[in-house]
Amino acid sequence: MRPLKTINLAGLAFFFSLLLLWEISSRSSALQVYFPPVSEVVLSLFRLMLSQELLGHVGKTVKRFLTGYFLSAVLAVGLGIILGYFRLAYAFFEMLIEFLRPMPSVAIIPVAILFLGIGDSMIVAVTVYACTWPILINTIDGVRNIDRTLIHTGRTFGLGQWKILRRIALPAASPYIVTGLRISLAIALILVTTAEMVVGGGGVGYFILDEERSLRTSNMYAGVVLIALLGYGLNQLFLYIERKMMAWHRGAAAEEIV
Amino acid sequence: MPLLKVEELSKSYRQLDGERTVAIEEISFQVEKGKFVSLVGPSGCGKSTLLMCIAGLIPPSAGRVTVKGIEVSGPPPNLVLLFQEYNKSLFAWRSVLGNVLFGLEVKGKRSQQAEEKARHLIGLVGLSGFEKHYPWELSGGMQQRVAIARALAYEPEVLLMDEPFGSVDALTRLELEDALLHLWEDLGTTILFVTHDIEEAIYLSDSICVLGRRPSKVLQRIDVSLSRPRNQLATRADMRFMELRNEIYKQIGEPAH
Repeated sequence: MRPLKTINLAGLAFFFSLLLLWEISSRSSALQVYFPPVSEVVLSLFRLMLSQELLGHVGKTVKRFLTGYFLSAVLAVGLGIILGYFRLAYAFFEMLIEFLRPMPSVAIIPVAILFLGIGDSMIVAVTVYACTWPILINTIDGVRNIDRTLIHTGRTFGLGQWKILRRIALPAASPYIVTGLRISLAIALILVTTAEMVVGGGGVGYFILDEERSLRTSNMYAGVVLIALLGYGLNQLFLYIERKMMAWHRGAAAEEIV
Repeated sequence: MPLLKVEELSKSYRQLDGERTVAIEEISFQVEKGKFVSLVGPSGCGKSTLLMCIAGLIPPSAGRVTVKGIEVSGPPPNLVLLFQEYNKSLFAWRSVLGNVLFGLEVKGKRSQQAEEKARHLIGLVGLSGFEKHYPWELSGGMQQRVAIARALAYEPEVLLMDEPFGSVDALTRLELEDALLHLWEDLGTTILFVTHDIEEAIYLSDSICVLGRRPSKVLQRIDVSLSRPRNQLATRADMRFMELRNEIYKQIGEPAH
């Protein structure tokens, strides 16, 4: 594995030349209203942050995101472990899962509005719904891939069914669970942003759409950049925690390849 | 009263095509407290199936197993089964110390004392200094030592071992045999040891049950009168060792009728 600290110079150079291209093409364009230069977008972003206008929106988005994400994590991991372990339980749910999983989760937003209105609970609910699938599927997979010997070991040490689930199935399946959690991280942000655009109760998604409608395009882009930064930051935080918690697995997995 | 008693135990499976395979048939033997008893038989004679039944992990088709007079219907609390595949039975997410502590935690022991005991056992199996290592960082032989320490931490009255040294190299195997004998002599745990290695069985045991080919039955119970402590060179050079080896080999080597 490549050392994680190495700076990818080529990637960095490419990234900044794209920004430069953006700047130049925008300044030589007649449509600057729709397509402001990147320097202006960055300036808008700083201005908005300083005026605290955006911070309120960010707070709302982050709160909805965290609530939805963690609720779905607890729900999907718990359910996934049970469905992965008990064949009969999975048989009950299989059709339902296979039917609902491929459906684009945003399609559930109008339904959720009908039942929950346009408040935070609706946004959190659709986020939970969308995030559940990757975590659920990966957890089920992970539990199914546990070697029988590991389960037998738990049993011979006198563990009952529930303790085996908690103390053996959960940690043994955790590399799969983490994969699901990482996929859902991005999904949670998509759902929160989309739902905010639809219902208009504040949040970065709402802010982006509102600025577009008011033709403050520079602010709109600032919102887009902000949500991208938010996604990037959350992903980095996730990777950092993963490296700490799953150190045992990186080593074990590398050993298996050798 | 024997500590462990197996009475006319049979186990048959229904295969996917509906046919029944008899893995073991009417096996009977007993293990006295504190003894080291081996089951030796050809590969595929159902030895693992037998141990799984004794450990209460799978139900027998007929017959019964009793530990201290109590019939086994699920995993008995005073018995632990140690598997051959250490790489599958160790907890990859726990350190060496964590793995050994598991044997104590499941009995509700989590104190400072428990940790001291775990460290003591790690020392006994010769892994001092490796407490913080993870299983993948250790060699196969060292991993099996961790598994043994974890099993002993549980303080079982009976330790079942399913070809525990079958996946390590020949030299490591000799080392592990001696390490196991020392532990057994120190701790007095009753051991039922399964192997297809006749010499290993003789070297370790007080008594050997010879199993025939599938469906296996106990062909003979042989007492090993070699003196203890045993020595890899002297014991294996003993005339009686060779006689026993020949006797057992003749029985197992006979083709099925």
